[in-house]
Amino acid sequence: MTKIRVRFTKHGAIRYIGHLDVMRYFQKTIRRAKINVSYSGGYSPHQIMTFAAPLGVGLESDGEYMDLGIEDEKPDTKTIMNALNEASVPGIRILSVRVLPEDAGNAMASVFASSYEITFYDDKKNLCPDKQKVKELIDKTSALEHMIYHKETKKTSRDIDLKEFIYSLYLKDDDNDKPTICMTINSSSSDSIKPGFVMEFMCGLDNITLPVNSLQITRLDMFINNENGELISMGDIGAIS
Amino acid sequence: MNSDGLFLSNDILMSVEKPERYIGHEVNSCIKDPEDIRVRFVMCFPDVYEIGMSHLGIQILYDMFNSFPDVWCERVYSPWVDLDKVMREKHIPLFTLESQRPVREADFLGITIQYEMCYTNILQVLDLSGIPLASADRTWEDPIVIGGGPCTYNPEPIAEFFDIFYIGEGETRYRELLDLYEKCRDENVSREEFLFKASQIPGLYVPSLYNVEYNEDQTIKSFLPAKEGVPEKIRKEVVKDLDDTYYPKKPVVPYIRCVQDRVVLEIMRGCIRGCRFCQAGELYRPVRERSVDKLLETVYQMLDSTGYEEVSLSSLSSSDYTHLPELLDKLIVECEKRKVNITLPSLRIDAFSLDVMNKVEDIKKTSVTFAPEAGSQRLRNVINKGLTEEDILSGSAQAIKGGWTKFKFYFMLGHPFETDDDILGIGDLANKVAAEFFELVPKDERKNGPISITVSTSFFVPKPFTAFQWAPQCTQDEFIRKAYVCRSGIASQLNQKRIHYNWHDADTSVIEALLARGDRRVAGVIRKVYEKGGIYDAWSDYYSHARWIESLEECGLDLDFYAYRERGGEEIFPWDFIDIGVSKRFLYNEYKKAKEGLITENCRAKCNGCGAASFQAGICPGAISAPLK
Repeated sequence: MTKIRVRFTKHGAIRYIGHLDVMRYFQKTIRRAKINVSYSGGYSPHQIMTFAAPLGVGLESDGEYMDLGIEDEKPDTKTIMNALNEASVPGIRILSVRVLPEDAGNAMASVFASSYEITFYDDKKNLCPDKQKVKELIDKTSALEHMIYHKETKKTSRDIDLKEFIYSLYLKDDDNDKPTICMTINSSSSDSIKPGFVMEFMCGLDNITLPVNSLQITRLDMFINNENGELISMGDIGAIS
Repeated sequence: MNSDGLFLSNDILMSVEKPERYIGHEVNSCIKDPEDIRVRFVMCFPDVYEIGMSHLGIQILYDMFNSFPDVWCERVYSPWVDLDKVMREKHIPLFTLESQRPVREADFLGITIQYEMCYTNILQVLDLSGIPLASADRTWEDPIVIGGGPCTYNPEPIAEFFDIFYIGEGETRYRELLDLYEKCRDENVSREEFLFKASQIPGLYVPSLYNVEYNEDQTIKSFLPAKEGVPEKIRKEVVKDLDDTYYPKKPVVPYIRCVQDRVVLEIMRGCIRGCRFCQAGELYRPVRERSVDKLLETVYQMLDSTGYEEVSLSSLSSSDYTHLPELLDKLIVECEKRKVNITLPSLRIDAFSLDVMNKVEDIKKTSVTFAPEAGSQRLRNVINKGLTEEDILSGSAQAIKGGWTKFKFYFMLGHPFETDDDILGIGDLANKVAAEFFELVPKDERKNGPISITVSTSFFVPKPFTAFQWAPQCTQDEFIRKAYVCRSGIASQLNQKRIHYNWHDADTSVIEALLARGDRRVAGVIRKVYEKGGIYDAWSDYYSHARWIESLEECGLDLDFYAYRERGGEEIFPWDFIDIGVSKRFLYNEYKKAKEGLITENCRAKCNGCGAASFQAGICPGAISAPLK
């Protein structure tokens, strides 16, 4: 079995499809594309497939990753990419296919961080801070030593220091009136935080409450953390063949 | 429309459960340029997306309509209760999945009507679309609302809500209707004139063109065309050769898991059995089979175009498909190569089917299903269920020897001429199967655990075009008493611990009976229930029995008349104007034979002269359709 890594996008209408359904979608797309995928044994064999950090419903992405086991010993990555694109819906585009080295960690286990671009939906932007305000908030946040945030999940609730999990945070330098916030934050299975946490925390500094569903979020890429502590794009691992 | 080309805003999509129900964009969904088309046909299944998307009929018609260059067929389903509420509050009209445009802009709204309890959802769809509920109130600003599917074999309770009903199989007459529509719109004729012309097309019923008069005892006195030239009888439409018709090669693949999350392959239509309670068994005569070659060609194309990992063979009784062994032999080999699972519902349990099940399923996970429908041989003869106790016990014994431990039994309570002894037979039969297990499998060989038997009962609902269309339905109290008798019968068995019993509720069964055999006056009840907030009546969480009873009272109608009385041999039924091929005389004779406990042989053993042979198709004597390849 050879392992390949597929980088894909998720844009437009299909951003409302949940993670489990994206997996189901790919199971079928792989069959339509006639990829020589590897199967597990047993009575109901399933495709050998793992995904990096799941993307929330409603978010778009240019950097989603799926690792796939295939039977070809020397796969033609270009042909696989074309076949997948042919079988795919317009909102999901395959950007790259690479053959992973044997020692590469799988997508789910090795993902460490994600980079995002965040802006406000047009119908909500008047209720959100303007570009100048956002700049101030980012500056304020950057000056802080700790960012204590109360994280609530279905099971637990605890205080976490967001600062430990933010690797970059800045205002995008562009000509748009609307602010775009760029951030790279932790997405590992143990310590992941959501971009919404950071936005909520920043706005909280000035007692601003963002309206619900106001954030338009695009994930740009996902990274592993190499032995030198550098963030390496998951799409840079492995080779085209 | 939002920036993604979706009709609903991000705010709404993020606030409802499963927004995937409303975004379209599925693999194989059909997008056309509105400039290129003349007719927009919206196909609706009035229930939630996951149910509606699982329906084969819509997939067939969707494929057919979109194969016409001048037509664009789109889909719409009932918005779930959460979105329904938002749409009403914010006055958002119902929209189609493909173009994400309002339903009301379409030329046709076709609604498939598969079960009675969806009637309030039909009103929901019309209302949310902004289409007047009554046909009489519509103009050319509204689509032509056309109904199809099994419930249209008695369309009368919903007649006033539809402009046209299509009686029979949809593959045959739509092209004519669309041509007529295009011509009428070009010539600027009135909607009424168009409907009159449509009534001339075989199989099409335009309810507004008929008058009904009632006797003093509330039964129908006469049912006649209101206008010269309108046919008195509507004969159902039938596809004569199933190898030479539409079948979807590229069915739409939903993102969410639907009820049918697989390729569905319809191997035949109709059923040779003639069970006296079963409506489908009469409606879909004559029995017609598809050829093995055609089926295999179709199924591989469908697997290629969808990527599904499972295929299900569909028919009313797959074991009666003549070429089943040949089909399965070939299918199993190819599916193993493709890592595709095969599921086989509606198989009779015998040596052959157990062998097949053993090949395609994991014995530990699957159960063996029997549907004797009645507990005693006497009552099985009454309902003409050609399944004997010997068949059941030898089938279960073989399954037990084969290693199966999970068994399911389906029965109905409240059949005509049923006695308590028949009901007690249910427990006896289940006990005998359990006893077989303990006898056949020594203690140290019970590696899959002991046998577990699930007995389920539903309540009998008399349906039009069956031998039991004259029969009274039991009252709710009587149903509940019968379920109690059944439960006590099971509890008194030696092996009762191995038998689990569950029964369906009686409330919906009586309302289903009202809607199944109702006349035009019942429309008022449906409308009232809807106005009181009733939708999703097929879902027990949303069904309110009180709402139906209250509405019946307000309309001055009662269940005694519609459900509980035995109907006279001479009575004119609301659905008598429809000709399904099977004659009323034949059905009445079946009713009389039922009373005497006499069975009627299946269609393959002997032609019983039901009348369906007049279609000259399938297995009927004198059929002129192409011989099977």
